[in-house]
Amino acid sequence: MGEILALAADNLLSPLILFFVLGLAAAFARSDLTFPEAAAKAMSIYLLFAIGFKGGASVVAHGIDGGLILSLLAGALLSALIPFIAYALLRVMTNLSTIDAAAVAGHYGSISIVTFVACSTALTGRGLDPEGYMVAVAAIMEAPAILSALWLVSRRAGGSGMDGDLLREILLNGSIVLLIGSFLIGGITGDEGLEKIASFIVAPFQGVLCLFLLDMGLVAGRGLRESGKYLNRGVFIFGMIMPLVGAILGLVIGLLLGLSVGGVALFMTLCASASYIAVPAAMRVALPEANPSIYLTLSLGITFPFNLTIGIPTYIAVASIFAGG
Amino acid sequence: MQTHKAKRVVITIEAIMQKRLTDILEGAGVTGYSILPVLGGSGRSGAWSREGQVSRASGMVQVICIIKPERLDGLLEAVFKVVDKHIGVVTIADVEVLRAERF
Repeated sequence: MGEILALAADNLLSPLILFFVLGLAAAFARSDLTFPEAAAKAMSIYLLFAIGFKGGASVVAHGIDGGLILSLLAGALLSALIPFIAYALLRVMTNLSTIDAAAVAGHYGSISIVTFVACSTALTGRGLDPEGYMVAVAAIMEAPAILSALWLVSRRAGGSGMDGDLLREILLNGSIVLLIGSFLIGGITGDEGLEKIASFIVAPFQGVLCLFLLDMGLVAGRGLRESGKYLNRGVFIFGMIMPLVGAILGLVIGLLLGLSVGGVALFMTLCASASYIAVPAAMRVALPEANPSIYLTLSLGITFPFNLTIGIPTYIAVASIFAGG
Repeated sequence: MQTHKAKRVVITIEAIMQKRLTDILEGAGVTGYSILPVLGGSGRSGAWSREGQVSRASGMVQVICIIKPERLDGLLEAVFKVVDKHIGVVTIADVEVLRAERF
């Protein structure tokens, strides 16, 4: 317990978290601080490119093993399974409609790439480098949850369903293409390629991430301020319980896969995080009847800050205890 | 100068639905349209702004087209398939244009 508290304190005083808190505070104080849409998009492109490239280079440096395939399979399976658990919990804990519950559930099976990046950064800072292929696991975990959510709705309420355009948008959305593309290029060019662009993707990385988290804090804070009224107590509590449920699943599967301490912690984080980029876009197309204020505020306003401040240090400490021995 | 009557249809719709809408417009024979970003606004769900958006799910665009009056009904029927369940505002205005053959 002492270790978890020490890690939490250390994490809370990192520049990443403090900038996120600054964004939250500025939003709550109704400051006019904003990031132009193009700047926010450029930062997210930079982060995806850097994390993908470094992951690819790391896989080549450490060699490809059977863990890669098994981790990808486990990630896809968990992404498809977690929405069913989330849906069951939501039906018990909240009074959300079938469509709203399924839409929220889809978000929790998918992942937040920023939470992934924040956890990777925290792990690297502690010398607990995760397996490089976890980037590919993150990418593969984006989409299956959307299919599960749509299946839940089509079975129980007859939603709009899936068409070819939507499937293409889900599988080829910009963040997945960039992440996987950079991962492959990093894998092809290896350490030599990484060395050539290290001054661009290694040194400035943490600074850009700080700015991006400042923006995320602003977005999360404004979302909470304006849409918090849509979240009742049950929904609010779900937003903090569900990450823990996902993290426990990630812990068990990560240990079975034989991942390193960093790998287990990252897998827990992936299972604990909720999407606020890919899934909301898919849900707006496939389930327009679902209320975006609920799922966006929940994933971005509750679960994201929870994971960033309390979740990540807890997952790292728990992974160290169970996978470190 | 000689002017001709036409209809100006303005469709404000979620950005995520933009391509589906323009595909429908083209399918209905409308090849000329303009797309403008909507910077922000306020609706039944409260105020929103394009700044700080992390997802394409939250933005809006405005698609504007000018057509001959006799093509309006067909166009609206096609457009309704897209805006039926989605957030969207469709307005129609009488306008006059200089070069009728372009619309």
